[in-house]
Amino acid sequence: MSLTDQLARLGEVRAPASLLPAVMAAVGTAAADRYGRLDDEVWPLWIAWNRDGVSAVMRADVNDEAAFSGWFRREFDRPLLRADSVPPALTRSRRYDLREVTAFERDVLLKTAEIPRGQVRTYGWVAREIGRPAAVRAVGTALANNPIPVLIPCHRVIRSDGVIGNYGAGGPEAKREILAREGVDPVEMERLAREGVRFFGSRTTHIFCVPTCRHARRVQPRHHVQFHSEAEARTHGFRPCKVCRPAAA
Amino acid sequence: MVETHQHRIYGFALSLSGNPADAEDIAQDAFIRAHRALAGYEPQRVRELKVSAWLHQIALNVFRNRVRRKLRETVPLDSVAEPHANGLGPDELHDLRAAVHRLPPRYREAVVLRHVQGFNYDEIADVLGVPAGTAKSDVHRALAILKEELS
Repeated sequence: MSLTDQLARLGEVRAPASLLPAVMAAVGTAAADRYGRLDDEVWPLWIAWNRDGVSAVMRADVNDEAAFSGWFRREFDRPLLRADSVPPALTRSRRYDLREVTAFERDVLLKTAEIPRGQVRTYGWVAREIGRPAAVRAVGTALANNPIPVLIPCHRVIRSDGVIGNYGAGGPEAKREILAREGVDPVEMERLAREGVRFFGSRTTHIFCVPTCRHARRVQPRHHVQFHSEAEARTHGFRPCKVCRPAAA
Repeated sequence: MVETHQHRIYGFALSLSGNPADAEDIAQDAFIRAHRALAGYEPQRVRELKVSAWLHQIALNVFRNRVRRKLRETVPLDSVAEPHANGLGPDELHDLRAAVHRLPPRYREAVVLRHVQGFNYDEIADVLGVPAGTAKSDVHRALAILKEELS
């Protein structure tokens, strides 16, 4: 090997892993995301955040730390620093950094974030709520690419035909597991949907709801009524609930 | 910027200083200075910046300042027992790296920029602030010394 070839090989070195964090720490960490492990959700999670809020989440029981940090750097092309601890108010703040997703995806994710714990909605419901009623499939795709699963509860969005739908963070089984932990009965939910039951109503108020709406669940059994479609409910003189918005007002 | 250029700038600092600890310090200091400088530049100037050459220039200045301050009290390279384990790259290049480190700084800087970092003579002239012809003769002088040392 010639001298110049050997000299060229002198440059084939990798900077120590400590270099990047040291520089980021010295120039101020405003631009850098930090991450840590969170153990108080349904599964242990890797969670990354910055001044705008939570930026990424991944299950920590099925992905190791290198898988998470590698994915983050590939996905967002930003530095990521390990934090000593996760701020306790982080998940309660419900602030999310969604600058890397499209405007449509952001609408879908922020709408999904409004679905209360213990309740579910359909892909069609999300599409209608964000003013894109025909974009049902695109809603499914946007939720499949949710960078903040569990905290942005894409598991609370299911198919209208009762199929629980896929789930990026562990498949349909994981989706059933997390819904059950939140107080939804996935078996009953799927049974109702298979029978074509879409809405619950109350004979006293003449209001109809999605089956998991907290108002629907308070209805006494003797006043409880089931509908297969919005048209059926309206024919009987029922109006949509203003809280769960099962249909356009 | 740091993520993209860290390995090249660290490699440059290592070739100049011959010592992984100094190389990391130099690279770190260079990136911090670069970051601070960028914050004060006009957007136009930032767009026109040749980032790689500019970072090399900053790293070179950091290296020269350190040498001046420390009066060359660096650890001799031969005392590093396991060069590869210490971040010095492939073992078989150890002799070459040591020979580069023994070159006078002027020749070392020129030959490292040309043959380790792969810049052309116009770029080297910019980084070193010397005419391209001077850079070229310095590189050739350095290669002649290295050939003699390693034969």
